[in-house]
Amino acid sequence: MTPSVARRSARGVLAWLCGLLFFLPFAWLVLTSFHHETDAAANPPRIAADLTLQGYREFFGGGWETGPWPALANSLAASLAATLLVLLLAVPAAYALAVKPVRRTKDVLFFFLSTKMLPSVAALLPLYLFARNARLLDNIWLLIVLYTAMNLPIAVWMMRSFLAEIPHEILEAAAIDGARLPTVLTRIVAPVAAPGIAATALISFIFSWNELLLARVLTGVVAGTAPVHLTGFVTSQGLFLAKVCAAAVIVSLPVLAAGFAAQDKLVQGLSLGAVK
Amino acid sequence: MNPATSPTRATRAIRATRVTRLISDPPRNKPPRGERAAAWARRAPLLPALVLLVVVTQLPFVGTVAISFMRWNALAPDDRGFSGLDNYRTALTDPDLRSAMLTTVQLTASVVLVSLLFGLGLALLLDGRFLGRGIVRTLLITPFLVVPVAAALLWKHALYNASYGLINGGLTALWRLFGSDDPPRTDWLSTDPLTAVAISLVWQWTPFMMLILLAGLQSRASDTVEAARVDGAGPWQIFRHLTLPHLRRHLELAVLLGSVYVVQNFDAVFTLTSGGVGSANLPYSVYDTFYQAHDYGLASAQGVIVLACSLAVASLALRTVSSLLREERP
Repeated sequence: MTPSVARRSARGVLAWLCGLLFFLPFAWLVLTSFHHETDAAANPPRIAADLTLQGYREFFGGGWETGPWPALANSLAASLAATLLVLLLAVPAAYALAVKPVRRTKDVLFFFLSTKMLPSVAALLPLYLFARNARLLDNIWLLIVLYTAMNLPIAVWMMRSFLAEIPHEILEAAAIDGARLPTVLTRIVAPVAAPGIAATALISFIFSWNELLLARVLTGVVAGTAPVHLTGFVTSQGLFLAKVCAAAVIVSLPVLAAGFAAQDKLVQGLSLGAVK
Repeated sequence: MNPATSPTRATRAIRATRVTRLISDPPRNKPPRGERAAAWARRAPLLPALVLLVVVTQLPFVGTVAISFMRWNALAPDDRGFSGLDNYRTALTDPDLRSAMLTTVQLTASVVLVSLLFGLGLALLLDGRFLGRGIVRTLLITPFLVVPVAAALLWKHALYNASYGLINGGLTALWRLFGSDDPPRTDWLSTDPLTAVAISLVWQWTPFMMLILLAGLQSRASDTVEAARVDGAGPWQIFRHLTLPHLRRHLELAVLLGSVYVVQNFDAVFTLTSGGVGSANLPYSVYDTFYQAHDYGLASAQGVIVLACSLAVASLALRTVSSLLREERP
């Protein structure tokens, strides 16, 4: 074995060890979710115990109305609708910022980013009081508007850096030819920036799906989302471990699937499109 | 065409210059209507996003500031009124809130630093070639893709639990292996809640740091490294003088985004410890004052304090991003 091959395999072994170590908690989560409750709560752990769908059956047990289905549907509706609205608002805004920079473009950009740095907990009470007085508590539409605003700053930043890569000449030529904004956006910007738009949508979907604080304070029985449903397990005691794990797996599944499928886009998106 | 009216080459040139001067140098005092309309047309696509953000995020902050000067407890609805700085006095002299501030700083700094270091190490490992690199990367990003509440539940029930969690279970198995029937039964979440929360957050955020730094490493031109190696530079020298300077922007971006999210963390504290034994951070404290104690005035004052602290962090962070922008558009 030459030294470089030895070094390469040493690197491989170390990397695999680290990867497995970081994956272990998740693997344990999935394994436990397929165990019988008695095996799940065993000490020392029974790794090779029988597999069962009991935990999942328990989790979905309440039927269509009382089980987790409404919460999952709410999460899906809120995340998809907010993502769609974010794109509808962010793409034109980013276009205005990237293509023909208006005066004080930088100020506007920083304003967008600064709203992301302000903790939502400091806006919670007025939002709650407004929702209560406007009879919008426990209403999915309120969450959709809030999630749109929550993801808009990051989306504008990401889209701006993706759009900045489109050659200026193309866009200016279209503007000179008298193409109106909707035409420019749908005919030129959308096809060229499709990967960037996909990355933006992915990030917006993940953050909306994961959000807990606003959903917990502003929704309840009707419009509660999947993370809010999960908080029902916070004080759960031992006998429901498999069920808790099944719940965690199911709620994470959409984000895991989306994230695995688009790993590269995830990187670009998370670094605000600045990193290639 | 009538030759008498057809302009000579000279007059055409003069007209052309006049036209260009008109375009490039419009009268200063009153922009023509067309130009103003054009400026608005350029700005128009920006407005819906801007208006939504101002209405949904800025107005509530104004509300928070207003309520912070009021005596307002939802449990005593009749006793409501202006209270001046009372809420701020209460908030700032409250030992719990002071400890929450300290906790927030400790939690953010430790999680961001440790996950940044782990992330850097993993990114350097993954930057080389080895068998199954794609699989290892997928294994490594999984923690970041687990929904935060679900991750917190996993740590709370399946890993940390004193009697059936994997950590103590593993210790029991290890002790049995050596013939001992008296394994340790530490209750991790009540022994040191803050560290327990921090470890779970490091698990979640390390992949994020790794992804950004890995992207940075892979955007590095390999020929400079090759040249340095040919010139006899060792791995440490290459890392110190080539890799690290190249990664600076990516490191800054990772710290910036990581701290923005970890400072605001609510899910892990709420789920794992519910703020027990010195693990309440600022976001959890505000939530607690508002949701459990129903003291709207005090919660708002705390909220304003959180806001002030975040603004301090944010202005630092924004300066970092500003340097990024400058590099992008010289």
